[in-house]
Amino acid sequence: MKGKFAHSPDNYRLSLLTQCTALILVGGFGTRLRPLTLTLPKPLVEFGNKRMILHQIEALAEAGVTDIVLAVNYRPEVMEKYLAEYEERFNVKITFSIETEPLGTAGPLKLAEEILGKDDAPFFVLNSDVICDYPFADLAAFHKAHGDEGTIIVTKVEEPSKYGVVVHKPNHASRIDRFVEKPVEFVGNRINAGIYILNPSVLKRIELRPTSIEQETFPAICADGLLHSFDLEGFWMDVGQPKDFLSGTCLYLSSLTKKGSKLLTPPNTPYVHGGNVLIDPSAKIGKNCRIGPNVTIGPDVVVGDGVRLQRCVLLSGSKVKDHAWVKSTIVGWNSTIGKWARLENVSVLGDDVTIGDEIYVNGGSILPHKSIKVNVDVPSIIM
Amino acid sequence: MSLQIPHRSKANGSHAATKAVILVGGPSRGTRFRPLSLDLPKPLFEVAGHPIVWHCLTAIAKVPHIQEVCMIGYYDESVFRDFIKDASKEFPQIKIVYLREYQALGTAGGLYHFRDAILKGRPERFFVLNADVCCSFPLNDMLKLFEDRDAEAVILGTRVSEDAASNFGCIVSDAHTSRVLHYVEKPESHISNLINCGVYLFATECIFPSIRSAIKKRTERPRLVSYPSSENLESSFFQDDDDDEEKKNEVLRLEQDILSDLADSKQFFVYETKDFWRQIKTAGSAVPANALYLQKAWQTGSKELAKPSANILPPVFIHPTAHVDPSAKLGPNVSIGPRAVVGAGVRIKESIVLEDAEIKHDACVLYSIIGWSSRVGAWARVEGTPTPVNSHTTSIIKNGIKVQSITILGKECGVGDEVRVQNCVCLPFKELKRDVANEVIM
Repeated sequence: MKGKFAHSPDNYRLSLLTQCTALILVGGFGTRLRPLTLTLPKPLVEFGNKRMILHQIEALAEAGVTDIVLAVNYRPEVMEKYLAEYEERFNVKITFSIETEPLGTAGPLKLAEEILGKDDAPFFVLNSDVICDYPFADLAAFHKAHGDEGTIIVTKVEEPSKYGVVVHKPNHASRIDRFVEKPVEFVGNRINAGIYILNPSVLKRIELRPTSIEQETFPAICADGLLHSFDLEGFWMDVGQPKDFLSGTCLYLSSLTKKGSKLLTPPNTPYVHGGNVLIDPSAKIGKNCRIGPNVTIGPDVVVGDGVRLQRCVLLSGSKVKDHAWVKSTIVGWNSTIGKWARLENVSVLGDDVTIGDEIYVNGGSILPHKSIKVNVDVPSIIM
Repeated sequence: MSLQIPHRSKANGSHAATKAVILVGGPSRGTRFRPLSLDLPKPLFEVAGHPIVWHCLTAIAKVPHIQEVCMIGYYDESVFRDFIKDASKEFPQIKIVYLREYQALGTAGGLYHFRDAILKGRPERFFVLNADVCCSFPLNDMLKLFEDRDAEAVILGTRVSEDAASNFGCIVSDAHTSRVLHYVEKPESHISNLINCGVYLFATECIFPSIRSAIKKRTERPRLVSYPSSENLESSFFQDDDDDEEKKNEVLRLEQDILSDLADSKQFFVYETKDFWRQIKTAGSAVPANALYLQKAWQTGSKELAKPSANILPPVFIHPTAHVDPSAKLGPNVSIGPRAVVGAGVRIKESIVLEDAEIKHDACVLYSIIGWSSRVGAWARVEGTPTPVNSHTTSIIKNGIKVQSITILGKECGVGDEVRVQNCVCLPFKELKRDVANEVIM
């Protein structure tokens, strides 16, 4: 079923005025996104110059969500400050639901039952690593239209054999028959995108123990014929690890380009090469640079003269000195890249890393506060 | 065949006639210097702005009263014609002659073959310099030792690490008198870390009879008898191991065939230099040689070098006809050849950029040789790997494979914009459009 409706999100916002709730599955320390997550919890890492969690909160608030639960198994104090700001800015209430032991992907729903099940209204569930054009309003409308227990967003993939694939009931466009994990033979090309809308009745199906929504809860709803799929339009990416973070950034920037977003640096800017370039207004760009495609430059970043940037993310306060060449790299906050340095092949610099002049880094994962003075010739972790 | 050996007249002869011989080798000898020797004979390859052999000549010119230099090799006569013409203008006091061997005779064999030419003018002694070493050539110091000790032969020696020593000719000497007690070429076991630098001073009345008796000995008994280590027979200090000529009997080399006997019976001394010394064997070794000669020029206040500035880290040589953008940062140890063009924001360090090469803007060239008329694209990176300062090898082990530490682009190669080339040797006329590392590109 294609998720396209004639109404604008604002109409839905009005129609969904019953206090709508969402649960974001944040989980653990985000170790897959280290070394960035050694400095900030994953939801606070900027993706496309916007903190990951903000993409989600913004979209949820837009769809009329008023209560947001963050399912975490630790409580980073640093998050409170930001969340307080977002509560005020979007007029939403954000609560932490803290697991004392990891509860998998379904357990956290039970743990937050009090909030999610406070009335009969359906609630959203989303994985915090997923980046897309969140179609919450369309999803809610579709869910209400079919009236069954749950709807999961699915996305089309090129290689379904790597994922769990959704198989529909015969002759039904959206009702899910079953899931096939890593199919050997082609059974479909739609996979679970990690975003759902569920009726509170689903909570009765979940026990308070470590349990998987994908492997236990959904098959049970499927068995009753009450689970539907909703096709995602546009891009989708799980950005939980650096390689995908970079790919996801490309997709996100492309989508901004497609929408004609004013956030992007105009492609006719002399130093922009190939478009998809997002530069914070406070960043400084030197002379004779060639930047793009697919580059994100954060606040207070300083880019020197004759710098070449492509497919990379420069986080706030970082500095790229003259004549450096950076590709497929995430440059952590306040890091410095020396003159004529060359970084590539999914290099990730943590906070406050210094790459010396003329140094080459090939797939280096560099922990915070390190200073690199010799080449990193082969992909490796610099402790 | 009788030798015209002058009587030694040292007592009164403060101006005893001295000559010099530079052994320049031949085209089949420079194979290890490929790909650069595919386009230019190794002795004419420029380091620190001058041909390798010019550095030998400059050192010889500093020895008082040398009036004649013989270059012996088996290149075609035309090869050195222009060089000799230019050098004769630069060193007008010295007559330079090229003596061509028609077959490789070995270092000693070549000397003996041209003995009449060398003996012309009745020199009492003569220097022999291998052209493929890079050193400060302390010839006057060798001469002083020669006279002080009333020597028949003086060899230049230098200390190297114990590991490296067995790759060279090893000298055992008396610590007090500097007399050479024993000489062995590339020993299997550790004998000494004082090694042969390939620079000698011989008394004419000593060396030719020694070579002649070696020839005689050669015909009387096979070489093997005098060398317990059979594996060392074909190997040599200065030359390739794979030359067929070397295996022929007429080839006679100083290192293998003469020096050991000299140590037994003659007034043979070693002058130990504390100054720099390197072989120029592989093409990559031109980079350390370039660095050492540039440093020497810098220390002696040469006017040829580029003036230091924020973007010139000395020593740097820029040919007057080269064009270097003022925003490019060069040095240390960089030579830029005639008509080479270096663009804005370029970085060059520990490298040689040859004639007519072009380095485009924001490119980075480290530990490399950029061949004649080669082009390096914008934001490209051409990079070798630094080796330890005192290392005598230009290869390194990467992922268990031996690769050249210096990246070399042969003549008229092209590196695309933003392309990275690391630890590669690239033969002439190749276009590199993709990143490449640890390869020889045919």
